[in-house]
Amino acid sequence: MEQFVAALTIFVLAIFVGFEVITKVPPLLHTPLMSGANAISGITLVGTLITSGARLTLTTEILGFFAVAMATANVVGGFLMTHRMLGMFHHK
Amino acid sequence: MPQEEALIKLFYLAAAVLFILGLKGLSHPRTAVRGNLLASVGMLLAIVATLTDHRIVDFRIIIAGFAVGGLFGAILAYRAPMTAMPQVVAVFNGLGGGASALAVGAAFEEALRGEWIEEITIQFSSSAAAAALVGAIALTGSAVAFAKLQGVMTERPILLPGRHAVNILLLVVCLVLSTWHVIGYTPFLFGAAPSAAADLSRGVLADDLRQGFQSHGLELSAELHVKTTGENQWQITDAGKKETYVVWLEGGELTVHGRSALPFWIMVVIASVLGVLLVIPIGGADMPVVISLLNAYSGIAAAGHGWVLNNSVLIVAGSLVGAAGFILTALMCKAMNRSLANVMFAGVGMTVTTQAQADDIYTGRVKSASPEEVAMLMEGARRVVIAPGYGMAVSQAQYAIQDLAALLESRGVEVEFAIHPVAGRMPGHMNVLLAEANVPYEKLKEMDVINPTFRQTDVVLVIGANDVVNPLAREADPSIPIAGMPILEVDQARSVVIIKRSLAPGFAGIANPLFAADNCLMLFGDAKDMAMRLVAALKET
Repeated sequence: MEQFVAALTIFVLAIFVGFEVITKVPPLLHTPLMSGANAISGITLVGTLITSGARLTLTTEILGFFAVAMATANVVGGFLMTHRMLGMFHHK
Repeated sequence: MPQEEALIKLFYLAAAVLFILGLKGLSHPRTAVRGNLLASVGMLLAIVATLTDHRIVDFRIIIAGFAVGGLFGAILAYRAPMTAMPQVVAVFNGLGGGASALAVGAAFEEALRGEWIEEITIQFSSSAAAAALVGAIALTGSAVAFAKLQGVMTERPILLPGRHAVNILLLVVCLVLSTWHVIGYTPFLFGAAPSAAADLSRGVLADDLRQGFQSHGLELSAELHVKTTGENQWQITDAGKKETYVVWLEGGELTVHGRSALPFWIMVVIASVLGVLLVIPIGGADMPVVISLLNAYSGIAAAGHGWVLNNSVLIVAGSLVGAAGFILTALMCKAMNRSLANVMFAGVGMTVTTQAQADDIYTGRVKSASPEEVAMLMEGARRVVIAPGYGMAVSQAQYAIQDLAALLESRGVEVEFAIHPVAGRMPGHMNVLLAEANVPYEKLKEMDVINPTFRQTDVVLVIGANDVVNPLAREADPSIPIAGMPILEVDQARSVVIIKRSLAPGFAGIANPLFAADNCLMLFGDAKDMAMRLVAALKET
């Protein structure tokens, strides 16, 4: 219960921070915002690492491999693409 | 808390701060590149800290996953053309959601085998179900969005009969299976004589019970732990075989049960089907909403994964992304004056106007012009505004259009770009394409900023846009799918030139009276081709 309340506190506060920060992003940068946020959602990789490195059963190893590969593609591709996109925005 | 664990958590805190600073950096093009770098450093910190976790004993799978995923992601990010950006974002999005679904499944499988945690709490199993449900919908929904955007399947809505009923039914089935999964699914394996119960309470497995296991084909290792979990209830953990059994004394008989994640996995499969069914009735031009929403889902799935593992950085990062996705979804809906429910379920995008109605509006009123005539018109203008739409992306016209804009500016004409929030297939799509073609970002004006300036504009060049400049949107008639949608008020300019292949209706399926307006000229042809011919015509004068 204690853990649950702590997690809930973090969750609710993070949503408020998210709204505050993201409403300040101008429409000009909505595509990079989307692709950058997307890369951040690849944080799920952190969870997949523990699961796939514990070497428990074949099932979890197979699941773990796909989860790590998918999340890594999300993280690496997301950040690189956002970087590439942002490099194109320039002013006079 | 052991010292190492505290240290890892401090790294997670640093990562969460960097994510917030990174997103904050995206509030201006000058700080955006740095913001993205900060966020990626945060990610690196979180990953490196996690790799020191003592529970990780084998790095082979991790390295293989890094190599395969990293290579795929990097190649896609570098090789994809900018016009394909919406579908690439859809792919990454789906992969993130799918990874969350698989990872919580793996965590649950491990927990069932008595690893990691003492008992499977309600927080653990219910957040696992939520993360898997949302993650699976994000995976297959993004796959369909990709197929539509890439042209693998039709962009038009596919409306199956009874689709609302089917979707609700599937969702209910998912919820029932999730509830079953939370309560715990323990399939019956075999029954045994009650005499073994006393031994179980002393932590010993009696010989006849052991034989019962063997005669039912269940091998036991030597590392057995018997635990009393309640009155007439025991748990046998086989550490060698990584299996857990539950034994109950009921009605004078011992029953031995396995533990299974079957309801969970069936739920994941049904949620995957639901993801497909939810996206196929949504048409191409509504993709900005769908992609934003799927983006929010992948964030929510990551946050749910954080609840499963009690991991703060996953919760923070997931919530940030969820917030970003929902804000963009709301903005896109507002820009179309439609509710999210209307976008998701109404199946907008079927042709509404009949040919006869269209003829009625267009016949005898549409004026067609040649590139030379339009070039002369622009040559004499003081201010030209270019309003691009998805057609510009389709014909890859952005470079030719920038050539045209630069040429006009060199002749002293003021040129700006009018960007409608839902022009294209994802939020901000037009901005990225024009930035790619070297248009300085100061010239890319939002709708609210540019609309008051159309009265002082001599020529508006509409390229590959239709519904976002359709004056019918000002009508209150509910039979018009775009009624009340804020539009670029291009018809207020002195002249409007529209580059378009034909008079075919746009995505909303309705005719556009702008094409028949007195101050409007049609330049029929491909966007890129026409932009190049305009440049050529201007150079000759």
